[in-house]
Amino acid sequence: MRKQRSDAVVATSLDGHNMNSLFSRRNFLKASGAVASLPLFGGLNVAAQDGAKTLTIASNVNLTAMNPTLPAATGNQLQTYYTTFFDPFIKQAPDLNYVPSVLTKWGWNEDMTKVELVVRDGVVWHDGSPFTAEDVAWSLDRAGRPENKNPLRFVWASLSNFKVDGNVVTADVVRFEPTIFKWFGFLGAYVLPKKYIEKVGLDGFEEAPIGTGPYMVEKFERNSFLRLKANDKYWGGKPAFDTVIFKFVTDGAGRVAQVESGSSDLTYNIPFEEYDRLRQKGFEGSAILVTNCATLFITNKDAMLDPNVRRAAHHAIDKKAIVQRLMRGYGEPQSTMQAREYDAYDPSIQVAYDPKLAEKLLADSGYSTQRPVQVTMQTTKGMAPKDFEITQAVAGMWRKVGIEAAIEVVDLPKRSELIRNYQAANFVFQSWSNATGDPHNCTGFALYDKSVQSCWRDRELGAKMDPLWVEKDFKKRVAGWKEIDRLVAKNAYIIPLFQYAQPIVYRKGLKVVPYKSELVLPQTMSLA
Amino acid sequence: MTGQTLFRRLALVPLTLFTVALVVFVLLRIIPGDPALLMAGPGATAADLQSIREGFGLDKPIMTQFGQWLLDLTHGDLGRSISFRADVVSVVAQRMPPTLELVFLALVIAVVLGGGLALLGTYYRGGKIEWLVDGFIALFQSVPDFLLALLLILLFTVATSLLPGSGRIDPALPVQFKTQFYIFESLVRGQFSILLGLLAHAILPAIALALPFASMIARVLKASLGDVERQDYAVMARARGYSERRILMVESLPNAVIPTAALTGIQLTFLLAGTVLVERIFAYPGIGNLAVDAVASRDLPLLQGIILAFAVLFVVVNLVSDLIVISLNPRLRNG
Repeated sequence: MRKQRSDAVVATSLDGHNMNSLFSRRNFLKASGAVASLPLFGGLNVAAQDGAKTLTIASNVNLTAMNPTLPAATGNQLQTYYTTFFDPFIKQAPDLNYVPSVLTKWGWNEDMTKVELVVRDGVVWHDGSPFTAEDVAWSLDRAGRPENKNPLRFVWASLSNFKVDGNVVTADVVRFEPTIFKWFGFLGAYVLPKKYIEKVGLDGFEEAPIGTGPYMVEKFERNSFLRLKANDKYWGGKPAFDTVIFKFVTDGAGRVAQVESGSSDLTYNIPFEEYDRLRQKGFEGSAILVTNCATLFITNKDAMLDPNVRRAAHHAIDKKAIVQRLMRGYGEPQSTMQAREYDAYDPSIQVAYDPKLAEKLLADSGYSTQRPVQVTMQTTKGMAPKDFEITQAVAGMWRKVGIEAAIEVVDLPKRSELIRNYQAANFVFQSWSNATGDPHNCTGFALYDKSVQSCWRDRELGAKMDPLWVEKDFKKRVAGWKEIDRLVAKNAYIIPLFQYAQPIVYRKGLKVVPYKSELVLPQTMSLA
Repeated sequence: MTGQTLFRRLALVPLTLFTVALVVFVLLRIIPGDPALLMAGPGATAADLQSIREGFGLDKPIMTQFGQWLLDLTHGDLGRSISFRADVVSVVAQRMPPTLELVFLALVIAVVLGGGLALLGTYYRGGKIEWLVDGFIALFQSVPDFLLALLLILLFTVATSLLPGSGRIDPALPVQFKTQFYIFESLVRGQFSILLGLLAHAILPAIALALPFASMIARVLKASLGDVERQDYAVMARARGYSERRILMVESLPNAVIPTAALTGIQLTFLLAGTVLVERIFAYPGIGNLAVDAVASRDLPLLQGIILAFAVLFVVVNLVSDLIVISLNPRLRNG
């Protein structure tokens, strides 16, 4: 017995008896052999295991719900997943232009009191059942009903009284929403299967979702992965990869490791330092400007009511230096909320970096580096690329002209609450995304006094915007927003910093189509 | 341990859990960040927000909410997750097994490694091996588990491609499990190739969790062995001519293991807490990873359920640890 004990020291020391048979020398050797063979079966290089057939993507956000119309599903980054297995009513091309999807035509009638939608023929759901105009009408009607808790109901409720005639859907315009068709291809705007959901219920749909998209959901493990199978019957043609695996790797370093080790073929939204390093190591990549803008919101209270302070704050920021030093040159400074691809972008509106002017403006209001104006700037940390670092850089630039900023880190829920309740600090850093490219969804929601996302709540400015929300003439509407942008820039109601670029890095031999809307769509990828 | 003592310990369990639940419930509801805002989306009206708050009972006074939560708890209902739109019990039940398996693996590694190093360091006292053991202890007590996690990924995933650095299972495997205890299930069903794949995914996070724990075990056990070796019975054994190995394994170890076992129980709770960051880094779908998501989305019912589950685990671990220590130490049995 004593001899046996010496062979199984640890087991014996733990419970004192009877563990010897389990931890015998023979079993130990067996286990050692098994552990030694782990690398042979470690699941590494899954990406390369079956060549062209499987594409593995290390993605940055967890998918929590399969139903794309839930509040938890409206994140911009989540649309990448949904757009693989659902079809949006209308698609957005890589350059933000809207192109046909399951709707082939869309528009208003002459007096803009009705909308008419033409539904594509020959589309089938993943279970083989036919896709019909009824599905489109039901999905749109459902999105606007309060009991379904669609977070974008304020848009969808502008249409009602849906009618189906063959492959044409018509609806009444309850409230004129000039951007309604842009929302047809934006957050959570997907066609859901009417008959299937009525049969299995929403819980059943959550467990086994079907769509009409190019891929079908094969397996979903929360916080782990989503495995998709190519839809042979996709109306747009079978995609290049038979299987697509999204691994949810929320940690940036983890995503880099995924690609570097060959465990994944592609990843995105990694730090630009890593992007450059991986590119130097021979990985392919793209980093195009996307519809996401780093912005400093201003709350119109206290010192921020002084236009000299606001304007000084804007003129004192060297945006080019921030892009160069923090973003390694990936990004483009902005003077308005409109990115270059947006409908209302006006290159003639510029706010120059001019620290001398900033000092003069502050001096006019009695401030200097010796007697700085005290402000607070709120930011998230790690929620947007370099969010905290950007505010640190801004604070440093401000200090040189006479603005002393205390930086306060808040998380997203707290920031939402503070802004909504008009309790945010003088400055709030946010990355503002607007893949529709419409001025409503950037200058509009960011600065309208009745918007819950606005920090600058000024009825005078709001009154100037009022007619634009219902303007039916697109050109007039865009011209109106450009004037608003000019006014905003002149008075520094908000400080747009720069337009982000999206880093995507992938293994050699892969052909990737980057989207300005930040979608990373496997159905557009192929082998080069 | 007498039945009375055991009863007293068990009687304290509900009180402990109640206190934890109450404190956490109140704290979660007074921190800034309205979950209704996150659920409602950008265009929500005040009426929409009110409707959500009413739906989840968030509009009621905190103590009323707590009373309702307790009442529901008696029926095994922990509420409905805001972000998952599913019962909290089912979400937690799905995510607890991966963490338990990971912690168990880490515990085994820590005990084997820490115990082995303590024995080696004691047996070769004064030599290079003891110096190495002490170095190991000092190094891994000072390096936090999340940093180890990153280093392990760098070494075994990026640099050498030996082991996967994320997930719990190879997503390409077309395998269905009946339970959430994948490692245990594949072992019982004799699916050894799948078992190896699961272990390959779990081994790095388990090592990241285990190394600091192993260094603690090694330090405490080595110190205890040093103390015990100076006791009369060890001196007597040496005088009788017993070998040093026999004195260490047969005379010293059974006595030295008692304080180590007691401390292991306490430290195991820290190991459980460490899963939050380590699971996140390795994208391991356990309850620690889930907790981070629940915090970010202000999913109060889910967060409450997760913390209660952790509290139950802590209580159970401490109780079992006490029972083990008592069973190892005859002097405590009638205490």
